[in-house]
Amino acid sequence: MTRNAVEFRNASAKSAVDEKRQGLLTHAIGNYLGKRDTGRKRFRDWEGARKQAEAIKNEALENLDKYLPQFIEKVKERGGTIFCAEDEESARTYITNLALDRGVKSVVKSKSMTTEEIHLNGALEKKGIKVLETDLGEFIVQLAGETPYHIVFPAVHMSKGEVSDLFHQKLGSKETSDIEGLTMIAREHLRKEYCSADMGISGANFAVAETGMISITENEGNARLTMALPRIHVAVVGIEKILPRMADLSFFLQVLPTMGTGQWMSCYNTLVGGARGKNEADGPGEFHVVLLDNGRSKILADAESRETLRCIRCGGCLNVCPVYQTVGGHSYGTVYPGPIGAVLTPLLRGLKEWGHLSYASSLCEACTEICPVKIGLHKRLLANRRDYAGKYGPMAEKLGFKAFAFAARRPFLWRLAGALAAVGQFFYPLVAWFPGNPAKGWTKGRMLPRIVWKSFRNMWIGRGGEIS
Amino acid sequence: MNNGVEALLERVRSALGSGARPEPAERYYRNLMPPAGGKGEDRLELFARNVTALSGVFHHAGSFEEAVERLKKMATELKWKKVACHGTGTAFKAAQALGLDVLNTDGGYEKLALEKCDAGITECDALVAQTGSVLVTAQSAGGRGLSILPPHHVVLADNKQLVADLSEAFIVLEKKYGTNYPSSLSFITGPSRTADIEQQLVLGAHGPKKLTILMY
Amino acid sequence: MKITLFIPCFVERVAPRTGMAMAEVLERLGHEVVYPEAQTCCGQPAYNSGYWPEARSVAEHFLDVFSGAETVVAPSGSCTAMVRSGFAELFRGTEREQEAAALGERTHEFSDFLVNRLKVTDVGARFPGRVAFHDGCHSLRELGVQAPPRELLARVKQLELVELPGVPRCCGFGGTFSVKHPDISIAMGRAKCAAIVATGADFVISNDPSCLMQVRGIIEKKGLKIRARHLAEVLAAQ
Repeated sequence: MTRNAVEFRNASAKSAVDEKRQGLLTHAIGNYLGKRDTGRKRFRDWEGARKQAEAIKNEALENLDKYLPQFIEKVKERGGTIFCAEDEESARTYITNLALDRGVKSVVKSKSMTTEEIHLNGALEKKGIKVLETDLGEFIVQLAGETPYHIVFPAVHMSKGEVSDLFHQKLGSKETSDIEGLTMIAREHLRKEYCSADMGISGANFAVAETGMISITENEGNARLTMALPRIHVAVVGIEKILPRMADLSFFLQVLPTMGTGQWMSCYNTLVGGARGKNEADGPGEFHVVLLDNGRSKILADAESRETLRCIRCGGCLNVCPVYQTVGGHSYGTVYPGPIGAVLTPLLRGLKEWGHLSYASSLCEACTEICPVKIGLHKRLLANRRDYAGKYGPMAEKLGFKAFAFAARRPFLWRLAGALAAVGQFFYPLVAWFPGNPAKGWTKGRMLPRIVWKSFRNMWIGRGGEIS
Repeated sequence: MNNGVEALLERVRSALGSGARPEPAERYYRNLMPPAGGKGEDRLELFARNVTALSGVFHHAGSFEEAVERLKKMATELKWKKVACHGTGTAFKAAQALGLDVLNTDGGYEKLALEKCDAGITECDALVAQTGSVLVTAQSAGGRGLSILPPHHVVLADNKQLVADLSEAFIVLEKKYGTNYPSSLSFITGPSRTADIEQQLVLGAHGPKKLTILMY
Repeated sequence: MKITLFIPCFVERVAPRTGMAMAEVLERLGHEVVYPEAQTCCGQPAYNSGYWPEARSVAEHFLDVFSGAETVVAPSGSCTAMVRSGFAELFRGTEREQEAAALGERTHEFSDFLVNRLKVTDVGARFPGRVAFHDGCHSLRELGVQAPPRELLARVKQLELVELPGVPRCCGFGGTFSVKHPDISIAMGRAKCAAIVATGADFVISNDPSCLMQVRGIIEKKGLKIRARHLAEVLAAQ
């Protein structure tokens, strides 16, 4: 097992029995589910909407070689700067060098999973630049020294008591169990920071090719402030975020929040296409878009896994996944948790190191059922397993399945094996200690099923049933 | 400096190959989305209902003068001392009528000064019935910060600006700005909010806690 | 009608009563039932674990055994789903692609077969008890079988059906997942059992024997006062 796989096993074992964490998560998701269902019903035809969303995202991806250049041209036309980062290091380097060159001392950030993906904060902080997360959930996990627990609700795993303790410790604020009070503490703390920060860094939910504008969906207003007040704005955008037309947003800006938070529309949906325009009262003096590849073009090249790039990061799959709800966002050990994370991480970061995530699923298909852009998530998991097993399957397992196939093609041998197992099960305790014994996992919390001596075939023949 | 553009485009081109591309997708979403309230009274009623559901305040005044009277009442009730506005049009006129300290964002402003204003008064490009949204741009609403930094955002809208759905709002944008969009635009749907702590809804997370739309 | 029995590999050796019950119900309805004794497994364990060449090899044997069958019925949603979707993946682009597709069309999960093919909902069963029904995920989402088990249970005399609260949740079995990620699997299974206990049901019924194996394993370990039965056993009871 790779180190990541061992860490996942240990982390998930711990989380699987952490009832407190699971309770908080279950409560949050329960809250969300009702709203989501109401939201879906508002659409005149939700299933039709899914097909439409799938079709438009497919058009964007299948024609990325047309829409990306269009987007880039439009950004440049308006005076923005484009940098295309092949990997996370080049993205980090570009942004860090830019910040140093422009004398940036402090950065405010709005919520961006891509900036988590490239591990940006640490790189900036190493150069002595202060980085402040402004989304409330991100602000909380940043103070706690943690990573986000969920791609939409970063601090869903924390209780108000824990947040109060955290604020008290790190900000010196008075302890309180009043959630509005806690929110206001964060608000007050951040007001001055927006006004004094040199650089604002955001992600983007969509990047519109037609106009070269990025679109950001949020509820708090911290992204708008991040893009309004500092003198430089940098947006880190995955190349798969491209949408062909402005008008497409009239649709996606309602689909995304329906799935993401159960709202019909998020509070602020903001498009930015450049630095402060002529005759505009404010805005950054510079606008930079870092288009992030980091493995996405590789996925694009594989016609089978290309559909994974349709993901609009709504978090809908996390919210229906029984595995995610059992182990929580931190167990995955990587930026993207849940079903999309289990599919995407091996593809982005390497099958050998991360393939185990694709096996951490019972394949219940709840994710495929819910995905608004109709990614066949469980099929992607199976495909990852197929690719993993061939190359990296443990020898014992490979041999085991070869033996399985050998016996399964030979009915007499198969029946013999069954009969031997029926006898051998009584000697199970003798072999239970055997390293790699698969049944050991079973017996951790379950009684082993009894293998009966009289098989179905025996019973059938016994009562004179017709054989073919 | 090598900006990586060519290399990226090369990777993308090679990923997609030279085969035939599917036709652009047919766009039929307008009929899939929630109903947009038709015309006139229905549209108005839907807009009002949506704004109220989000804890925004909507007031339909008979005239601009009546809207200003309403604003004066609000300023007194809420004990405003200083407000911010933009330009020389309705937002400016309304702000002036309050007899308070006024910060006009035109030509630039001190961020900390804007932060201290009790309210930001702006015009808008459209009101959207389907979602209860207000469409503002850096040009129609005095920049990016005016409608987000002060704790109370007041919008002055002409009743002709009420459109049925988001699709129509995007058409309004296209008609008004052509190919020359402002550097920033935003659909504002209710006061700022968060539910990041135990899923409990709190208004005024970072943006305005109060949103008032005065239509005349 | 001549119905060919598809007896999942672990039903064969762990829960043969399930297969017998299914055969009894079909016979009671007046059909000829035949059991191809050369059947072994549909290959799902290998397929789910990513060993597709091995899975294909086992699936080929399955095709050989069942290709002559007019109608195939299995007391398992996951095994049926394997023959439909899994085989489609395994045989795509091979010379047996059409044959596999054709067999998939002729293979049915038991409750789906009774209600949607035979158009039968009352099989003359009697099973006193308070019963919670657990949907196997493959039955529910891969095959779209949600109503048939409930329509059948509604006609069983003296049976009181209670629904598990909320949306249908996976029991945590997931094939080799149950032993590769046992902590997660057991936690999910325990959550499922807790939900069942909370309904006050005496029995948990499912149309998927693998789910029953999981749930039963936990019930026995924890000494819970619920009994697990397959839908076929309930329908065969008189």
